Amino acid sequence: MSTATTTLEIGDTLARTAEMAPQLDVGEKLVLNIGPSHPSTHGVLRLILELDGEVITKADTDVGYLHRGDEKIAENMTWNQFVPYTDRLDYLAPLANNVAYACAVEKLMGYDLPPRAKVTRVICCELARISAHLLGLGAFAMDVGAMTMFLYTFTEREKIYNLIELLTGARFTTSFTRVGGQTRDLPPGFLEGVKEFSEQFVGRLDEFGKMLNRNRIFVDRTKDVGVISAERALDFGLTGPNLRGSGNDYDVRKYFPYLGYETYDFEVPVGQTGDCYDRFAVRMEEMRQSVKILLQAVAKMPGGAWMVDDPKNVLPPKDKVLTKMEELIHQFLVVTQGPDAPPGEVYFGAENPKGELGFYLNSRGGGVPHRLKIRAPSFCNLGILNTLLPGHTVSDVPAILGSIDFVMGECDR
Amino acid sequence: MSEVADEAAADLISAVKILPEFRGETTWEVPKDRLVELMGALKKEGMSYLVDITAVDNHGEDPRFEVVYELCDLAGRRHLRVKTRTREGEPVPSVCSIWSGADWHEREAWDMVGVKFSGHPDLRRILMWDGYPHHPLRKDFPLEGLTTEMPDIAFTAKAPLEGGPFVTSPAPFSHEREPRARPAEERSL
Repeated sequence: MSTATTTLEIGDTLARTAEMAPQLDVGEKLVLNIGPSHPSTHGVLRLILELDGEVITKADTDVGYLHRGDEKIAENMTWNQFVPYTDRLDYLAPLANNVAYACAVEKLMGYDLPPRAKVTRVICCELARISAHLLGLGAFAMDVGAMTMFLYTFTEREKIYNLIELLTGARFTTSFTRVGGQTRDLPPGFLEGVKEFSEQFVGRLDEFGKMLNRNRIFVDRTKDVGVISAERALDFGLTGPNLRGSGNDYDVRKYFPYLGYETYDFEVPVGQTGDCYDRFAVRMEEMRQSVKILLQAVAKMPGGAWMVDDPKNVLPPKDKVLTKMEELIHQFLVVTQGPDAPPGEVYFGAENPKGELGFYLNSRGGGVPHRLKIRAPSFCNLGILNTLLPGHTVSDVPAILGSIDFVMGECDR
Repeated sequence: MSEVADEAAADLISAVKILPEFRGETTWEVPKDRLVELMGALKKEGMSYLVDITAVDNHGEDPRFEVVYELCDLAGRRHLRVKTRTREGEPVPSVCSIWSGADWHEREAWDMVGVKFSGHPDLRRILMWDGYPHHPLRKDFPLEGLTTEMPDIAFTAKAPLEGGPFVTSPAPFSHEREPRARPAEERSL
């Protein structure tokens, strides 16, 4: 039996480590699937992540699980018939979607709304914005460990839903607008309700801020996580609080004012670093500004007409339909054939809670669109995930998803 | 574009067809081989925000598809629409190298209408599932859907939607669209 002796050469440990490094690094990559149904994905978003230990090296975002073909459906119905489908885009802010769609069709028709309709719609948009931001805030806080927040924000949302129910008769699927105006005028007591809500809400918002602003866990999980630079955000077409969190102050209400937003006094908050915390802070401040707009709108609510005066294309008042021959004929024609839109194409973008909700309408004339494209802000905002996620750890994913605040109903259409 | 005076720019401008203004919106039409060049020049001129890309199926016309780009100049607060036309199977050059956000928009246009984009880094379906054989937003795709022969996909049967009692049909004349104008037996599901 011979004994073989081997000499161990220790040498310079640093040099040895450097030599071995390429071999040590080849740990097996793990592919992790999150979703399409997972609490932190807020709907049916699917993420396929390639992991090296805890760190994400590659991300693939899979959307489309909630695709219902809204654009195809729109091509097969009249302009007014599509309003209920817009409720189901961003189902956290249906009123704002209704307003954006109606404004787009009115741009195609060439209407200028009467002042009362404009102010009513501003109230609709801002109520929807507060309600959507409250849910986004509550869900975001819950994702990163602050459970109570969700319950507090839902108490406030309940008050908004009561107002929306008073206004439209429905709490979630409002279908409030029609081409040329709204389904009905403001109910008695609504403006007082909005005023009462707005005045008490600022105090509640301060409380929400206190719960999170200096909450150690919340700040640690959101500061310097998911940083998006202003250039990259614009390059990917991000809009809404996600773009403004990065420092770009693009807000459709300020840049391309509609519904008379230029006559309201409000500011557009922007972030500095573009991390998850900045996006949260922008949403908090936006709710304050919305309250400011609401109070101004309530104070200046004008009287008069709330529908455009174009009897051939706009639904007549219901009481006249039941008593007057001409209105009955118009009602029949508008309901069955749809408003007679001119041929042409328009794009209208509105500042919705999630970002710029745009409608591209391509009309060949008549009551049915030739092509209706929905520029969904959540769809564009999610497009950045594939490049944003790599380099972060898996535990950052809920924080980033929560701060981007998307709605899959709108993303998938 | 006016301050750019060199010959290449003038040549590019001559390729652009300016369509009549409608509702205060400007639309330019450009042949697809000059598209990337024009888009790059527009971005340099301040059109830094690509709002949206839409594909339109004009079934029955010769260049069948239209790709519509909505651009926005935030500093100058201007909006511009650029259009290009293409035939079935002829790809449109991708603008992903100019705006990263074009990636998903072009994937959607391919998925829904079936317009191909050459030079796109990853042209997969985005809303429909991988391997789905049709493009649902084409005009010759029926509203009720088409069956697919994929055993692992749960819902491939046609949806009894078009021709239903309250669904307006796509027809050129309003009396044909109106559901109650159809015979009663056609109306029942």
